[in-house]
Amino acid sequence: MSSTTPLLDVSGLTKHFPIKGGFPIRRTVGHVQAVDGLDFQVNESESLGLVGESGCGKSTTGRLITRLLEPTAGKISYQGKDITHASRKDLAPVRSEIQMIFQDPYASLNPRHTVGKIIAGPMEINDINPAGGREKRVRELLEIVGLNPEHYNRFPHEFSGGQRQRIGVARALALDPKLIVADEPVSALLQKVQQELGIAFLFIAHDLAVVRHFSQRVAVMYLGKIVEIADRDDLYGNPRHPYTRALLSAVPEATVDETPPRERIRLQGDVPSPINPPSGCRFRTRCWKATEKCATEAPPLVQVEGNKPGHLTACHYPETAEVASAPRLAKDPEPAA
Amino acid sequence: MTSTDQQPFLSIKDLKVHFSTEDGTVKAVDGLSFDLVRGKTLGIVGESGSGKSVTNLTILGLHNPDSTTVEGSITLDGEELNGASERKLEKLRGNKMSMIFQDALTSLSPYHTIGKQIGETYRKHTGCSKKAARDRAIEMLKRVGIPQPEVRVDDYPHQFSGGMRQRAMIAMALVCDPELLIADEPTTALDVTVQAQIMDLLKDLQKEFGTAIIFITHDLGVIADIADDVLVMYGGRCVERGTKKEVLRDPQHPYTWGLLSSMPSLDHPVDVPLNPIPGSPPSLLNPPSGCRFHPRCTFAEKVEGGLCSSERPLLELVDGRGSACHLTAEQRGEYFSDLAGSAAN
Amino acid sequence: MLRFLVRRLLGAVITLLIISAVTFMLFYAVPRDPARIACGKLCTPETLELIRHNMGISDPMPVQFWHWLSGIFLGREYPGFGNCDAPCLGYSFVNREPVLATILDRFPTTFSLFLGSAVVFLIFGIGTGMLAALKQGKPLDKIASSASLVASSMQIYFVGTLALYLLVYQWQVLDQPGYTPFTENPGQWFGGLLLPWLILALIFTANYTRMTRSQMVEQLQEDYVRTARAKGLSRPNVFFRFAWRGAMGPIVTIFGVDVGVLLGGGMITEKTFSIQGIGMLSLKSVVNNDLPMLLGVMVITATFVVLANIVVDACYALIDPRIRLA
Repeated sequence: MSSTTPLLDVSGLTKHFPIKGGFPIRRTVGHVQAVDGLDFQVNESESLGLVGESGCGKSTTGRLITRLLEPTAGKISYQGKDITHASRKDLAPVRSEIQMIFQDPYASLNPRHTVGKIIAGPMEINDINPAGGREKRVRELLEIVGLNPEHYNRFPHEFSGGQRQRIGVARALALDPKLIVADEPVSALLQKVQQELGIAFLFIAHDLAVVRHFSQRVAVMYLGKIVEIADRDDLYGNPRHPYTRALLSAVPEATVDETPPRERIRLQGDVPSPINPPSGCRFRTRCWKATEKCATEAPPLVQVEGNKPGHLTACHYPETAEVASAPRLAKDPEPAA
Repeated sequence: MTSTDQQPFLSIKDLKVHFSTEDGTVKAVDGLSFDLVRGKTLGIVGESGSGKSVTNLTILGLHNPDSTTVEGSITLDGEELNGASERKLEKLRGNKMSMIFQDALTSLSPYHTIGKQIGETYRKHTGCSKKAARDRAIEMLKRVGIPQPEVRVDDYPHQFSGGMRQRAMIAMALVCDPELLIADEPTTALDVTVQAQIMDLLKDLQKEFGTAIIFITHDLGVIADIADDVLVMYGGRCVERGTKKEVLRDPQHPYTWGLLSSMPSLDHPVDVPLNPIPGSPPSLLNPPSGCRFHPRCTFAEKVEGGLCSSERPLLELVDGRGSACHLTAEQRGEYFSDLAGSAAN
Repeated sequence: MLRFLVRRLLGAVITLLIISAVTFMLFYAVPRDPARIACGKLCTPETLELIRHNMGISDPMPVQFWHWLSGIFLGREYPGFGNCDAPCLGYSFVNREPVLATILDRFPTTFSLFLGSAVVFLIFGIGTGMLAALKQGKPLDKIASSASLVASSMQIYFVGTLALYLLVYQWQVLDQPGYTPFTENPGQWFGGLLLPWLILALIFTANYTRMTRSQMVEQLQEDYVRTARAKGLSRPNVFFRFAWRGAMGPIVTIFGVDVGVLLGGGMITEKTFSIQGIGMLSLKSVVNNDLPMLLGVMVITATFVVLANIVVDACYALIDPRIRLA
């Protein structure tokens, strides 16, 4: 890896949620392995896309990094400083630099406060007085996110859903963050923000098509683990993990009669439970290439042969570009005994 | 196939659905017409509030009769449904025409087993025994690809995964071999890989049973996968119609064009920023005058004489193809070039 | 299910222990000495001490509590009273009667009052609520809704007294309220309780009407109700088998709470109609500083509330398969 310190460095990040049960005294009887040993970095001004289907642990990851959840294991470093278990007090300066944007910000916008007050809120709390005053800064922010600065005195309910998202973004920008964790935003606005303001993003989404427009690097998650991480062009142009490939082929595209026809991979069955994930490679139960080895040995996330530097794949039998044309069906799911 | 099969199986003529609310009348659907033949799929595209779901609830007669007025005609296989008795509609619902909803978790009863919910539709319409209904439910679960159907038939919806619930709902909708299936965003709540499974299933079933399908979605990618014909709705009106190929390759209405160019894609060049349609959907309580899209339309000012805000553009169809827009064909060719360029890549 | 019951019953015992301990402490926080009162005017320190000893209040408070507690399971020896077999809740300070026997004696009265009014308010409350939901926005709904709003803001002592005056004394259409055991004379039992039942039920009916209506209206908006209609099921079928099933849960919950409260004795109702039930008993024991009686009533009442809650939770699991008891 490069010698400069990445903005965010995550290693071995793990979150297991305990399941309570038992008799007569309730105790922990198992764990939901929501996130299991993630390693990745986000560099300054870079956008990393974190993609996966529901239950893969992508949102949990976002909450771990913003320290809304306490990690079970692993390490989170921000600008070289370990913040994994940092106290509230130590975290305070970092909190203003790492902001989170949610899918539906309405619940987080106080209905009794004006937009101006909402956006200025973080500045008040952190006692920040920008040159020219807070109000001027708020108007600037409104302009940046494409809202009319004259709407300073309006209330959240006077805005449409899309505009409220913009308010959420403006509030996140109020403290000049260096990193924004965005959980399933739909606004194309972030593309502009990232390009113009040079803020680093961890962009969490369920759809590879959306991420492609926002992120220079993309990580694909499956059942709590990263299965593949690469630069955008490598990931979309040369996907090596069977799951990445399946996800790509499932993206609905508004195109007709393509030549050559798009690859068609249909995964069978559902994602297994994160309480009892499959042994070895977690994707093996739905993979058409799985062998004995996949059941016994978890594939490490490495630069497999044929990958460019920085393109890591966790698979014993990585895909190659040549076999892309034949339509494939994953094997039938094993009937549950 | 006999020649009658090519007669429209479902025909909607000048449908108007108005709700009376405390604030006034909501014109949810304002003069909509379309036909559907057996074995074909019509994709209806639109944002929330475009009237697409209302249209389909109205076809089934599931609107609230106290606050809704329905004008126009809905004929299914030659029978008029608008104004039909509740008794007659009950016999048709779930039998000749059925519906799949978006969120299978909330749309299936949490209090009854999957088997019971599928079986009771069958019993209601065939009057068969409980045993026969259960057997039929197992058969249907098997048909939609639920593993171990004879065991899962006694499960409750919350014991199913999201994809399996949607399969169960499809089984329930198809249990009486309906001739018309209305699917209201059936895959929106699902993950992409599961969405792909469900769409394949629907296509297979349609091939097998020759069902006519109305597929409602806001996702043009899904339309490209499943539809034969496309109807684009905006503000309670149809703004564009045509075959899937015509609409996706060569959109005529600025709204369709806007939808296509704001869609994230695996093919478009990444450095071209996505171009979302500005503004938000219109209030149907006080809809904009003229063309309902004009306040959000990039090209409204290019039309001479402020026609877009004063006069409703008419939908003129030639062989089922056309759009409701004041722009001329030449203007379109000029302004819509961006998209054509990127799609060619 | 068995696990659930065992766990909940254990919890119930702990709850009851805490309630009795708190009652004990609160009682001693009141600066009044029951022995002093019992001793009367010509009281010598020796007599006072003797009375204290006989009442069992000469020991420190924790010891007293322990005596009281062990008495429930093991029985208790009272100096001057004799033996009190387990389960022993002690003797009343005031009339020297065993507490448990007194409560058991009063229980049929309170139970009869509860039973009759519950039958009335469940039938009328739920029935009217469902009708109102079915005829949403129609005149019937509006009448039912406003009537229940008026009724639920009534107070028993007002409506009860008014009804008593008009129906019993003025027009003499109903019998004088009072309790006759059912086994003695079913006709008198019914006649004597009819007015209290109706008055008590009036207020509860209003609450149940409003709750049933709002629950049903909410359920009728649910997606699965729409699905049931889309399957071709008839309106009544959907109404009763789908919507009502969903509305039942919250109603059962509230009923569980009401059972506990009503079995603990409606003090005001009993006072208004001069019926000697558990409510009047607890009222008197507070007034008379009668600790053993008060504790007894508290423990019995709390037991009803706690048991009713366990039954409610079990019912909930029967109604809604998504709820697992553990």
